[in-house]
Amino acid sequence: METVIKTKDLTKRFGDFVAVDKISFEVKKGEIFGFLGANGAGKTTAMRMLCGLSRPTSGEATVAGIDVYHNPEDIKKNIGYMSQKFSLYEDLTVLENIKFYAGIYGLSDNDIKEKSNELVEKLGLQEQANKLVQSLPLGWRQKLSFSVAIVHQPKVVFLDEPTGGVDPSMRKQFWDMIYDASEKGITIFVTTHYLDEAEYCDRICIMVDGRIEALDTPALLKKNFGVDNITEVFYQLARKAKRSGD
Amino acid sequence: MKQFFSFVKKEFSHVFRDRKTLLMLFGVPVVQIVLFGFALTNEIKNSNIVIVDNAKDFASRQIINKISSTNYFKIQKTLMNSSEIDAAFKSGDIKLAIVFPQNFYTDLLHTNHAQIQVIADASDPNTGTTLTNYVNTVVADYNAQMNQTINFPYQINMEVRMLYNPDLKGAPNFVPGVMAMVLLLVCVMMTSIAIVREKELGTMEVLLVSPFKPIYVILAKAVPYLVLSLINLTVILLLSVYALVLPIRGSLILLYGVSTLYIITCLSLGLLVSTGASTQQGAMTLSLVGMMLPTLMLSGYVFPIENMPWILRMISNVVPAKWFYIIIKAVMLKGLGISYIWKEVLILFGMTIFFLSLSLRNFKIRLE
Repeated sequence: METVIKTKDLTKRFGDFVAVDKISFEVKKGEIFGFLGANGAGKTTAMRMLCGLSRPTSGEATVAGIDVYHNPEDIKKNIGYMSQKFSLYEDLTVLENIKFYAGIYGLSDNDIKEKSNELVEKLGLQEQANKLVQSLPLGWRQKLSFSVAIVHQPKVVFLDEPTGGVDPSMRKQFWDMIYDASEKGITIFVTTHYLDEAEYCDRICIMVDGRIEALDTPALLKKNFGVDNITEVFYQLARKAKRSGD
Repeated sequence: MKQFFSFVKKEFSHVFRDRKTLLMLFGVPVVQIVLFGFALTNEIKNSNIVIVDNAKDFASRQIINKISSTNYFKIQKTLMNSSEIDAAFKSGDIKLAIVFPQNFYTDLLHTNHAQIQVIADASDPNTGTTLTNYVNTVVADYNAQMNQTINFPYQINMEVRMLYNPDLKGAPNFVPGVMAMVLLLVCVMMTSIAIVREKELGTMEVLLVSPFKPIYVILAKAVPYLVLSLINLTVILLLSVYALVLPIRGSLILLYGVSTLYIITCLSLGLLVSTGASTQQGAMTLSLVGMMLPTLMLSGYVFPIENMPWILRMISNVVPAKWFYIIIKAVMLKGLGISYIWKEVLILFGMTIFFLSLSLRNFKIRLE
């Protein structure tokens, strides 16, 4: 399997504060890679470095085979991003949002048209297509947000706490979309603080105080720690944390 | 380029969907022009005055007739004693009182001297001075009329011509002022809010992760406001030409050229504000207090800069609106060409480069 994300001793310092401390991992094509950690553990900082939003202090990292130091701009064409805040414009309609994001990723007019129709149909939003996003319920917005983040068929999509505030049934539907994307060969890099969601990932990585404390499939992690759910694993590791949340 | 158009299109959607802001954008200049043009003027008309005519003779009546025939004054009463005058001033009923002494005409004929007492309410010094000047003119006129038959051996006659604005209308002064204010409002406040909104909503991050370059984000944000400003400018000019009958004497192309430069100066200021603010509220406060206030006070539009203490005169030099105001007055009212205003244009140009590079640098820093 092709390796899509690769880091070695990746570090980010803000003055004396080491936000991310020498993390090394690899993510394969189509994998759903979960990034867990308490607030302030360094999840978001690590993700921002991989997205080209923040320059690493030291260490190596490649995303889609592209070096984050030398060509951060090239990485951007190959990734999608959905943040914990909304990625959609509430004063634009569903179609306008799709067309806008497809447009800034440089899709051709035909592709934009085709993609937006396809998306609207897939999400079952035909009736809402020309309504403002602010009129959609939260769960739908989140699903639309995810669809928009992969509208340009990126190699990797980064999801920063994508299901915050969404009710469990909607979260299930959201994860179905993630599986769907993963089957199409899109690598999913997801941070979450819903520990039950960690079970849905192919592999998870738990960060404590900027370091990776555990990295394996959910099943093996539970086995190694001798517990029956990821929540227990997480609490065992998180107890060691010296930093408090931000 | 196609990506850029998608972005600009989106920005226009934001602008057009926000009806309230749009209404404010186009409503403010129209209301200001109409108000300043028809309701609020610093010309003084129909001021209430009283005349105490203790003489009631030929000369006093003639002077009173002359005064009442101007539209500056409205004579309330003609007979009052001094305590009544006092009360009228205190209550604010009158702005000016003219007192003719007894035997006014007789004195004039026999002693060649006569006095008129003029009492003005100087709580508003400008009005007080203007009103007494009007009275002065009327009396001087009467003086000249009486002395027509006499030949003075030496006489200096003053011939006054008021250039560019012979009727001393208020419009030539405030139209450029309203232009400077409205363009600043649109460009600084609206642009900074538009950029900060993306930061606040979290969409800015998504944009930064996209291959769309940050510099294009800023340019695409600026385009709608540039267009809106030019439309606004056109509305103001049309209103001032057709409603206020204020002709544009200079070249229209030059006028639009320098205005575009000023708009770009303001846009770069808006960008600067947006790098300093993290909430829309903050951006608004910063533009209102940091930009609108100095512009209102120090552009020369409300208060003459020449009369300010040196420190304020110095500060006024960094207010872009001051230079724009000078340029617009020169082009619009005096019909001057670029050869007369190149210095001011150059200053605005330099300011634009400075603000733009400063804000781009800040913008980059914030991305890290």
